[in-house]
Amino acid sequence: MILTDYYIFLGSGLFIIGVIGVLTRRNVLIILMSIELILNAVNINLVALSQYFRSVDGQVFAIFVITDAAAEAAVGLGLIIAFFRNKETVNADEIDLLKW
Amino acid sequence: MLELATFITLSIVTLASAVMVITRRNAVHSVIWLVVTLAAVGGIYLLQHAEFLFAVQIILYVGGITVLFLFVVMLVDIDVALRQARFARQWPVALLSSALLLGILGFVLYNHAKGINLPSRPLISAPAQNTQAVGMALYQNYMLPVEIASVLLLVAMVGAVIMAKRKLQ
Repeated sequence: MILTDYYIFLGSGLFIIGVIGVLTRRNVLIILMSIELILNAVNINLVALSQYFRSVDGQVFAIFVITDAAAEAAVGLGLIIAFFRNKETVNADEIDLLKW
Repeated sequence: MLELATFITLSIVTLASAVMVITRRNAVHSVIWLVVTLAAVGGIYLLQHAEFLFAVQIILYVGGITVLFLFVVMLVDIDVALRQARFARQWPVALLSSALLLGILGFVLYNHAKGINLPSRPLISAPAQNTQAVGMALYQNYMLPVEIASVLLLVAMVGAVIMAKRKLQ
Protein backbone atom coordinates (compact mmCIF):
# COMPACT_ATOMS: atom_id res chain seq x y z
CA MET A 1 0.00 0.00 0.00
CA ILE A 2 1.27 3.46 -0.87
CA LEU A 3 0.43 6.05 1.73
CA THR A 4 -0.41 9.60 0.65
CA ASP A 5 2.56 10.69 2.77
CA TYR A 6 4.97 9.01 0.38
CA TYR A 7 3.75 11.14 -2.50
CA ILE A 8 4.13 14.25 -0.38
CA PHE A 9 7.69 13.27 0.55
CA LEU A 10 8.47 12.69 -3.13
CA GLY A 11 6.96 16.10 -3.96
CA SER A 12 9.11 17.76 -1.28
CA GLY A 13 12.25 16.09 -2.62
CA LEU A 14 11.57 17.22 -6.18
CA PHE A 15 10.76 20.72 -4.91
CA ILE A 16 14.07 20.95 -3.03
CA ILE A 17 16.03 19.80 -6.10
CA GLY A 18 14.26 22.47 -8.15
CA VAL A 19 15.05 25.16 -5.58
CA ILE A 20 18.72 24.13 -5.54
CA GLY A 21 18.76 24.37 -9.33
CA VAL A 22 17.23 27.85 -9.34
CA LEU A 23 19.62 29.12 -6.69
CA THR A 24 22.90 27.63 -7.88
CA ARG A 25 22.94 27.48 -11.68
CA ARG A 26 24.18 30.28 -13.90
CA ASN A 27 22.53 29.26 -17.14
CA VAL A 28 19.15 30.97 -17.39
CA LEU A 29 17.73 28.06 -19.43
CA ILE A 30 18.50 25.60 -16.65
CA ILE A 31 16.94 27.97 -14.11
CA LEU A 32 13.73 27.84 -16.18
CA MET A 33 13.94 24.03 -16.27
CA SER A 34 14.29 23.99 -12.47
CA ILE A 35 11.11 26.06 -12.26
CA GLU A 36 9.38 23.34 -14.30
CA LEU A 37 10.65 20.79 -11.75
CA ILE A 38 9.16 22.88 -8.92
CA LEU A 39 5.78 23.08 -10.69
CA ASN A 40 5.83 19.30 -11.19
CA ALA A 41 6.51 18.79 -7.49
CA VAL A 42 3.44 20.89 -6.73
CA ASN A 43 1.41 18.82 -9.18
CA ILE A 44 2.44 15.55 -7.50
CA ASN A 45 1.14 16.90 -4.20
CA LEU A 46 -2.08 18.14 -5.78
CA VAL A 47 -2.84 14.79 -7.41
CA ALA A 48 -1.98 12.83 -4.25
CA LEU A 49 -4.27 14.96 -2.09
CA SER A 50 -6.96 14.90 -4.75
CA GLN A 51 -6.96 11.10 -4.48
CA TYR A 52 -6.87 11.29 -0.71
CA PHE A 53 -9.91 13.57 -0.47
CA ARG A 54 -11.70 11.58 -3.16
CA SER A 55 -12.32 14.72 -5.12
CA VAL A 56 -11.31 15.56 -8.65
CA ASP A 57 -10.69 19.25 -7.83
CA GLY A 58 -6.98 18.72 -7.19
CA GLN A 59 -6.50 17.26 -10.65
CA VAL A 60 -8.35 20.21 -12.21
CA PHE A 61 -6.05 22.52 -10.29
CA ALA A 62 -3.05 20.56 -11.57
CA ILE A 63 -4.27 21.17 -15.13
CA PHE A 64 -4.33 24.91 -14.43
CA VAL A 65 -0.79 24.66 -13.04
CA ILE A 66 0.30 22.97 -16.28
CA THR A 67 -1.38 25.78 -18.25
CA ASP A 68 0.59 28.31 -16.24
CA ALA A 69 3.78 26.34 -16.81
CA ALA A 70 3.22 26.44 -20.56
CA ALA A 71 2.58 30.20 -20.51
CA GLU A 72 5.61 30.76 -18.29
CA ALA A 73 7.85 28.69 -20.55
CA ALA A 74 6.70 30.54 -23.68
CA VAL A 75 7.20 34.02 -22.22
CA GLY A 76 10.41 33.08 -20.38
CA LEU A 77 12.02 31.58 -23.45
CA GLY A 78 10.93 34.61 -25.49
CA LEU A 79 12.66 36.80 -22.90
CA ILE A 80 15.81 34.68 -23.11
CA ILE A 81 15.88 35.00 -26.91
CA ALA A 82 15.38 38.78 -26.69
CA PHE A 83 18.10 39.05 -24.06
CA PHE A 84 20.52 36.83 -25.95
CA ARG A 85 20.07 38.99 -29.04
CA ASN A 86 21.11 42.08 -27.10
CA LYS A 87 23.88 40.82 -24.83
CA GLU A 88 25.03 37.51 -26.37
CA THR A 89 24.89 35.65 -23.08
CA VAL A 90 22.62 33.33 -21.09
CA ASN A 91 24.54 33.78 -17.86
CA ALA A 92 22.33 34.92 -14.99
CA ASP A 93 25.23 36.77 -13.36
CA GLU A 94 25.55 39.06 -16.36
CA ILE A 95 21.91 40.11 -16.34
CA ASP A 96 22.55 43.17 -14.19
CA LEU A 97 21.20 46.16 -16.12
CA LEU A 98 18.91 47.08 -13.24
CA LYS A 99 21.58 46.51 -10.59
CA TRP A 100 22.66 49.72 -8.92
CA MET B 1 3.40 -4.96 -3.36
CA LEU B 2 3.87 -4.48 -7.08
CA GLU B 3 2.33 -1.03 -6.68
CA LEU B 4 4.87 -0.09 -4.02
CA ALA B 5 7.76 -1.40 -6.11
CA THR B 6 6.54 0.65 -9.08
CA PHE B 7 6.24 3.72 -6.89
CA ILE B 8 9.77 3.31 -5.50
CA THR B 9 11.22 2.80 -8.96
CA LEU B 10 9.42 5.84 -10.36
CA SER B 11 10.49 7.96 -7.37
CA ILE B 12 14.13 7.01 -7.78
CA VAL B 13 13.99 7.73 -11.52
CA THR B 14 12.28 11.08 -10.88
CA LEU B 15 14.71 12.29 -8.23
CA ALA B 16 17.86 10.97 -9.92
CA SER B 17 17.01 12.48 -13.30
CA ALA B 18 16.01 15.76 -11.60
CA VAL B 19 19.48 15.87 -10.04
CA MET B 20 20.94 15.20 -13.49
CA VAL B 21 18.90 18.12 -14.90
CA ILE B 22 20.45 20.62 -12.52
CA THR B 23 24.01 19.30 -12.67
CA ARG B 24 24.68 18.80 -16.40
CA ARG B 25 27.02 21.29 -18.02
CA ASN B 26 25.43 21.02 -21.46
CA ALA B 27 21.89 22.42 -21.57
CA VAL B 28 20.86 19.89 -24.24
CA HIS B 29 21.63 17.05 -21.82
CA SER B 30 19.60 18.85 -19.17
CA VAL B 31 16.60 18.95 -21.51
CA ILE B 32 16.92 15.21 -22.21
CA TRP B 33 17.01 14.44 -18.48
CA LEU B 34 14.06 16.79 -18.00
CA VAL B 35 12.11 14.60 -20.44
CA VAL B 36 12.95 11.55 -18.28
CA THR B 37 11.84 13.39 -15.13
CA LEU B 38 8.56 14.53 -16.65
CA ALA B 39 7.78 11.06 -18.02
CA ALA B 40 8.42 9.53 -14.58
CA VAL B 41 6.14 12.11 -12.97
CA GLY B 42 3.55 11.12 -15.57
CA GLY B 43 3.98 7.53 -14.43
CA ILE B 44 3.27 8.65 -10.88
CA TYR B 45 0.01 10.24 -12.06
CA LEU B 46 -0.88 6.99 -13.76
CA LEU B 47 -0.13 5.11 -10.55
CA GLN B 48 -2.72 7.31 -8.84
CA HIS B 49 -5.24 6.58 -11.59
CA ALA B 50 -5.22 10.15 -12.90
CA GLU B 51 -5.24 9.05 -16.53
CA PHE B 52 -6.30 12.35 -18.00
CA LEU B 53 -3.52 14.21 -16.24
CA PHE B 54 -1.07 11.56 -17.44
CA ALA B 55 -2.12 12.20 -21.03
CA VAL B 56 -1.87 15.96 -20.52
CA GLN B 57 1.58 15.53 -18.98
CA ILE B 58 2.88 13.50 -21.89
CA ILE B 59 1.33 15.59 -24.66
CA LEU B 60 1.91 19.02 -23.18
CA TYR B 61 5.06 18.70 -21.10
CA VAL B 62 7.04 15.95 -22.79
CA GLY B 63 5.78 16.75 -26.28
CA GLY B 64 5.41 20.52 -26.10
CA ILE B 65 7.34 22.39 -23.46
CA THR B 66 10.55 20.36 -23.71
CA VAL B 67 10.60 20.78 -27.49
CA LEU B 68 10.25 24.51 -26.93
CA PHE B 69 13.18 24.35 -24.52
CA LEU B 70 15.21 22.36 -27.01
CA PHE B 71 14.55 24.93 -29.75
CA VAL B 72 15.75 27.78 -27.56
CA VAL B 73 18.81 25.84 -26.37
CA MET B 74 19.71 25.30 -29.99
CA LEU B 75 19.05 28.96 -30.86
CA VAL B 76 21.27 30.47 -28.20
CA ASP B 77 24.99 29.90 -28.32
CA ILE B 78 25.84 26.74 -26.40
CA ASP B 79 29.61 27.09 -26.74
CA VAL B 80 29.65 30.23 -24.61
CA ALA B 81 27.70 28.59 -21.82
CA LEU B 82 29.92 25.50 -21.97
CA ARG B 83 33.05 27.48 -21.26
CA GLN B 84 31.63 29.26 -18.23
CA ALA B 85 31.49 27.93 -14.70
CA ARG B 86 28.43 25.81 -14.03
CA PHE B 87 27.44 27.12 -10.64
CA ALA B 88 27.01 30.67 -9.47
CA ARG B 89 29.27 32.24 -6.88
CA GLN B 90 26.66 31.99 -4.15
CA TRP B 91 26.35 28.19 -4.31
CA PRO B 92 27.44 27.47 -0.69
CA VAL B 93 24.83 29.89 0.65
CA ALA B 94 22.25 28.48 -1.76
CA LEU B 95 22.95 24.90 -0.67
CA LEU B 96 22.82 25.94 2.98
CA SER B 97 19.44 27.63 2.60
CA SER B 98 18.12 24.66 0.60
CA ALA B 99 19.28 22.31 3.35
CA LEU B 100 17.49 24.53 5.85
CA LEU B 101 14.31 24.37 3.74
CA LEU B 102 14.67 20.58 3.53
CA GLY B 103 15.08 20.42 7.30
CA ILE B 104 11.97 22.52 7.93
CA LEU B 105 9.88 20.56 5.41
CA GLY B 106 11.10 17.25 6.80
CA PHE B 107 10.42 18.30 10.38
CA VAL B 108 6.89 19.52 9.63
CA LEU B 109 6.02 16.53 7.44
CA TYR B 110 7.45 14.05 9.95
CA ASN B 111 5.51 15.58 12.84
CA HIS B 112 2.31 15.75 10.83
CA ALA B 113 2.75 12.23 9.53
CA LYS B 114 2.67 11.13 13.15
CA GLY B 115 -0.21 13.43 14.10
CA ILE B 116 -2.60 13.31 11.16
CA ASN B 117 -1.49 9.95 9.80
CA LEU B 118 -3.05 10.09 6.35
CA PRO B 119 -4.21 6.55 5.69
CA SER B 120 -4.23 4.94 2.31
CA ARG B 121 -7.73 5.14 0.90
CA PRO B 122 -9.40 3.48 -2.03
CA LEU B 123 -9.73 5.33 -5.32
CA ILE B 124 -12.28 8.03 -6.04
CA SER B 125 -13.85 6.31 -8.96
CA ALA B 126 -13.28 3.54 -11.40
CA PRO B 127 -10.28 4.45 -13.60
CA ALA B 128 -12.46 4.53 -16.69
CA GLN B 129 -14.40 7.47 -15.27
CA ASN B 130 -11.46 9.69 -14.47
CA THR B 131 -11.45 11.63 -17.74
CA GLN B 132 -15.20 12.02 -17.56
CA ALA B 133 -15.01 13.31 -13.98
CA VAL B 134 -12.26 15.80 -14.83
CA GLY B 135 -14.19 17.01 -17.87
CA MET B 136 -17.37 17.45 -15.85
CA ALA B 137 -15.50 19.44 -13.20
CA LEU B 138 -13.72 21.58 -15.81
CA TYR B 139 -16.84 22.51 -17.74
CA GLN B 140 -19.28 22.84 -14.86
CA ASN B 141 -17.68 24.00 -11.61
CA TYR B 142 -14.61 25.55 -13.19
CA MET B 143 -16.15 27.25 -16.19
CA LEU B 144 -14.84 30.74 -15.41
CA PRO B 145 -11.28 29.60 -14.52
CA VAL B 146 -11.11 27.73 -17.84
CA GLU B 147 -12.01 30.91 -19.69
CA ILE B 148 -9.45 32.89 -17.69
CA ALA B 149 -6.82 30.24 -18.46
CA SER B 150 -7.58 30.57 -22.18
CA VAL B 151 -7.10 34.35 -21.96
CA LEU B 152 -3.83 33.73 -20.10
CA LEU B 153 -2.62 31.47 -22.90
CA LEU B 154 -3.57 34.10 -25.49
CA VAL B 155 -1.66 36.78 -23.56
CA ALA B 156 1.35 34.46 -23.23
CA MET B 157 1.27 33.72 -26.96
CA VAL B 158 1.16 37.41 -27.90
CA GLY B 159 3.83 38.15 -25.29
CA ALA B 160 6.16 35.46 -26.62
CA VAL B 161 5.76 36.75 -30.18
CA ILE B 162 6.46 40.33 -29.10
CA MET B 163 9.52 39.25 -27.07
CA ALA B 164 11.03 37.22 -29.87
CA LYS B 165 10.33 39.81 -32.56
CA ARG B 166 13.46 41.41 -33.90
CA LYS B 167 12.25 44.98 -34.08
CA LEU B 168 9.01 46.57 -33.00
CA GLN B 169 7.44 49.10 -35.34
